Amino acid sequence: MNSGHFFLAIIKRDLLLAWQQRGDLLVGVVFFILVACLFPLAIGPEPKLLARIGPGVLWVAVILANLLALPRLFASDWQDGSLEQLLLTAAPTSVMVAGKIIAHWLTTGIPLTLIAPLLGIQYGLESDTLLMLMASLLLGTPTLSALGSIGAALTIGVRQGEMLLALLILPLYAPVLIFGSGAVAAVAGGLSGMAELSLLAAILCGTLFLAPWLAAIAVRLAVE
Amino acid sequence: MKPSHNGPRWLNLFSFASPMQFYPLAGRLIPLFMTTALLFCAVGLWLGFAIAPGEAQQGEGYRIIFLHVPTSWMAMFIYIVMAFWSVMHLALRTRLSAMMAQALAPTGALMAFLSLLTGALWGKPMWGTWWVWDARLTSMLLLFFLYLGFIALTRSIDEPDRADKAGSVLAIVGVFNVPVIYFSVKWWNTLHQGASISMENGSSMASTMLIAMLVMSLAAWMHSIAACLSRVRTLILQREGHTRWVKERIAQGEK
Repeated sequence: MNSGHFFLAIIKRDLLLAWQQRGDLLVGVVFFILVACLFPLAIGPEPKLLARIGPGVLWVAVILANLLALPRLFASDWQDGSLEQLLLTAAPTSVMVAGKIIAHWLTTGIPLTLIAPLLGIQYGLESDTLLMLMASLLLGTPTLSALGSIGAALTIGVRQGEMLLALLILPLYAPVLIFGSGAVAAVAGGLSGMAELSLLAAILCGTLFLAPWLAAIAVRLAVE
Repeated sequence: MKPSHNGPRWLNLFSFASPMQFYPLAGRLIPLFMTTALLFCAVGLWLGFAIAPGEAQQGEGYRIIFLHVPTSWMAMFIYIVMAFWSVMHLALRTRLSAMMAQALAPTGALMAFLSLLTGALWGKPMWGTWWVWDARLTSMLLLFFLYLGFIALTRSIDEPDRADKAGSVLAIVGVFNVPVIYFSVKWWNTLHQGASISMENGSSMASTMLIAMLVMSLAAWMHSIAACLSRVRTLILQREGHTRWVKERIAQGEK
């Protein structure tokens, strides 16, 4: 089996596993909706204010929902020993990690991106702003999955790994959050937002290049 | 890496990659760096607080710059050095490199904390607020959290080998944030004043102020080296506790 086939097989396997436990997937989406609903309760339902904070709140909620789903990336495979088996295959570990990142993005990033416009409407965002929200999430969420895979791999089987994961990963998420919500806020303010979008794309390219390799080192460490 | 035994040993720097060789060297270097740090600190504080003139706009309050700028520089620089040792550790598999990275982290966190603290103390009289969500301040806070994350990760993994490598990976990932912090003043036009010294324009300050600041930076530098070396010695003793040379040293009651 060559690396390409292995890559696709990993994606297929993880998607299948995710489908068998689709309740877990729903938890992330419900969490996202709940966080987004708490803000109007806490701050007050004034439409102007909600339209202003909407992009930032939705982006933060996406990041938190993503963080919630990260431990799933390796933990269950590590617990039942299949991670070890995956490392024994001839294909490079980074290919395996890349496949898992893609599967993770398809199962968390994509649902969140699809649900975000609905919440955006509730926050009173205009249609072009909603479009930019989706575009920025489409470019930003794969970066979150890729960066997150490094953190998830580093904390496999570590004491209080999930708390630690938040401490490790949230500072690294900051640039994505800044440019992602910045793009949406720019459109809401009448600018084009393309500059922020390009920066998001650049970050995505850099992360996709480096993350599988670094996460592979971390995965091998955890299993050795 | 096997050290070659041709020529004098001090010429072969790689032999110091062995903890056993490095431990006594570090012990000899610490007092040297500590004394220089104290010396530079005394001179720098004297120049900064007694000799340098008051500033045109900010009066005497600006003098905290002599603590603020050196600590901010060190906070960013130490992270880069940490990432350097991490790359060395992953590339050359030298254990000492990872220990250096771990010994640097607490000093880096301290410097980031001091930078934030002095910044807040400076911001209150000048801007009228302890804290603003300005790009530079926020990114320095994130750097502080990066240090905390590194320390927490390396401390919560029990096997030294895994802790070393995990820490190295994390330090390398995090280093990409340092240029963002450094250029944040240029990229975002915010409340924080621009850099006082730049490569293109030279310095915009009186020369005594500049000299005082550079001397204080050297002091911070020397202190960081001394603190890091002494922490590395502790790490070496912890890690190499089972070896004969450590047991012999302890038996002899040598420090």
